[in-house]
Amino acid sequence: MDQLLQHIFNALVLGGTYALLGIGLTLIFGIMNVVNFTHGALYTFGGYAMYLAAVALGLNFFVALPVALVAGLLVGAFIEFTLLRPLRRSDIDTTMLVMIGAGIIMQSGTLWIFGGVAKAVPTPFPAQPLTFGPVSLSYVNLFVLCAAVALIAITYFTINGTKLGRAMRATFQDHDTASLMGVNVSLIYTATFAIGSALASAAGALLGPVYVVTPQMGDLAAVKAFAIVILGGLGSISGATIGGFILAFAEELGAGYISSGYRDAMGFLIIIAVLLVKPTGLFARAERIG
Amino acid sequence: MTRFIAPLFLVVFALLPLGLTDPYLLNALIITGILTICAMSLNLLLGFTGQLSLGHVAFFGIGAYVSALTALGFDVSLPFGLRVTHEGGAPLLGFLLAILITGLAGYLIGRLSFRVRGAYFVIVTISFAEVVRLVALNWVELTQGPLALTAIPNMVLPVPGLGDVALRSKMQNYYLVLAVAVASYLLIARLVASRFGRAMRGLKENESLALSLGINATRTLTVAATISAAMAGAAGSLYAHYIRIIDPDVFLFSYTVTMVIMVVSGGKGTLAGPLVGGILFGLLPVALRPVMAPEAQWIVYGAILIAILFLMPRGIVPALEGLGERIAARRKAGDKPTDVMPAKMGANP
Repeated sequence: MDQLLQHIFNALVLGGTYALLGIGLTLIFGIMNVVNFTHGALYTFGGYAMYLAAVALGLNFFVALPVALVAGLLVGAFIEFTLLRPLRRSDIDTTMLVMIGAGIIMQSGTLWIFGGVAKAVPTPFPAQPLTFGPVSLSYVNLFVLCAAVALIAITYFTINGTKLGRAMRATFQDHDTASLMGVNVSLIYTATFAIGSALASAAGALLGPVYVVTPQMGDLAAVKAFAIVILGGLGSISGATIGGFILAFAEELGAGYISSGYRDAMGFLIIIAVLLVKPTGLFARAERIG
Repeated sequence: MTRFIAPLFLVVFALLPLGLTDPYLLNALIITGILTICAMSLNLLLGFTGQLSLGHVAFFGIGAYVSALTALGFDVSLPFGLRVTHEGGAPLLGFLLAILITGLAGYLIGRLSFRVRGAYFVIVTISFAEVVRLVALNWVELTQGPLALTAIPNMVLPVPGLGDVALRSKMQNYYLVLAVAVASYLLIARLVASRFGRAMRGLKENESLALSLGINATRTLTVAATISAAMAGAAGSLYAHYIRIIDPDVFLFSYTVTMVIMVVSGGKGTLAGPLVGGILFGLLPVALRPVMAPEAQWIVYGAILIAILFLMPRGIVPALEGLGERIAARRKAGDKPTDVMPAKMGANP
């Protein structure tokens, strides 16, 4: 029972960042019909941006975090502008392969510049954990959970409460009609990709200090994000949020009670199972594209 | 013009080792040949049926493990007190079993994953490869996990008059890979030209139309996946008996990416495409090795992949074909001056 409570807390922390990853991917997938294979590389980018800002530039931890987020936003806008905009009329396989190429360049570039040795990002939080009876919560994990929930809330507000969000939702439903109604669809695509990238980067920047930063950290993150999107259904932000937490619980409980070696297999097994049983995702309302 | 590519390659690569003794280059050629077989098999799915499978490395890795374990033997305990022991056998048996078992795996995965299309199919195939990699990493009793399977014997072939010959030298392995590559090419060429090949292309061009003509989509795609997987399994077996040590890294996504780059750059859906792409990208590391680090090489591959998709989206071989046709058309236009067009227009008002 005590162990279970500890697992639940760990799963909540993990689930927050998974949800960030999943929301970013599902936005891009849903609105642009692009399978973003740079998502893992952007997660890694966030980790290294945090490292550069906090260690190399010596910025305050709480300043470095928004810096990493904005850096992700800019890189995402750049990728969309240079690679995806010219391919707007291409089929989904072509954009997928171009994104794989871009992901390879980003990951190998990181390895080339920073080397394969893991980097640690120091945090200003006390090392001594908070203890509630048998459950111990580290301050940094608690902060990661709060920051992730805050970012999810901001994204919800952006999508549901702002003019940009309304334009994004209109583009998701029917980009031709949205375009006729005066929505600048090109701009919406750039904004969508930039926001999705910023969320992936933020997830990397949040989890980087918890673990360590390595050039390969994005590999698994990317496929987990795919699992979350498939679990939650295409283009559904609430689906991605719930999916992120479900995956985190499955991993945490699976690792705790079944086998820790297969922890990372949970995401893939979920993907395969969901697509075979209910290919539209567990929470999908939207029609499936592709 | 492009139909001469395959015979030309065969002549060049059959004669090449006669003038080539550098073991490093010979090794690079063998690995290139193995990856080119994988690229040819991937092309069957990606090029001819239009299904982007990004889990192809799974079949390569399964083939390598099946073949190695058949030769080395194993002793595993399963749930319910079952225990499977195998003494170790002939590498040739491993090669045949690798083909059989990867074919079966391809069939099963095909049956499951062809229920979805597009991005969903891609993600299922990636997930499958990752699950297999994690099993190879964690089922230590069978696979030795990250400790790797070592001292895998070389391939042994029965040769009439000489008895069993172990292929120890690089030269022998080179010709073995070449022979399997030629067999794979001929099989694919035969398949594509058959009624089955037309069904595959029909599905790629217009699935609804193909269905209305009575083509069984799932069956056609599953058969293609089975053959494609078995071929990749054969390549994996060759790899295991040549390299003689395999670990779960044979399942890395970067191998799939290499195969995809080979197919897409050469020209998907063409017979010669994977050969051109395979040799180009198999030998590019040899050319780049003296000038740059491996990480930098991967940056170049990524950039080439993007550049090809932007500049020659159909690949090198179709681009050459297009060039050949344009030259032929210009020559024809040179023979008969300009009055061809107006005459035609006059005939059909």
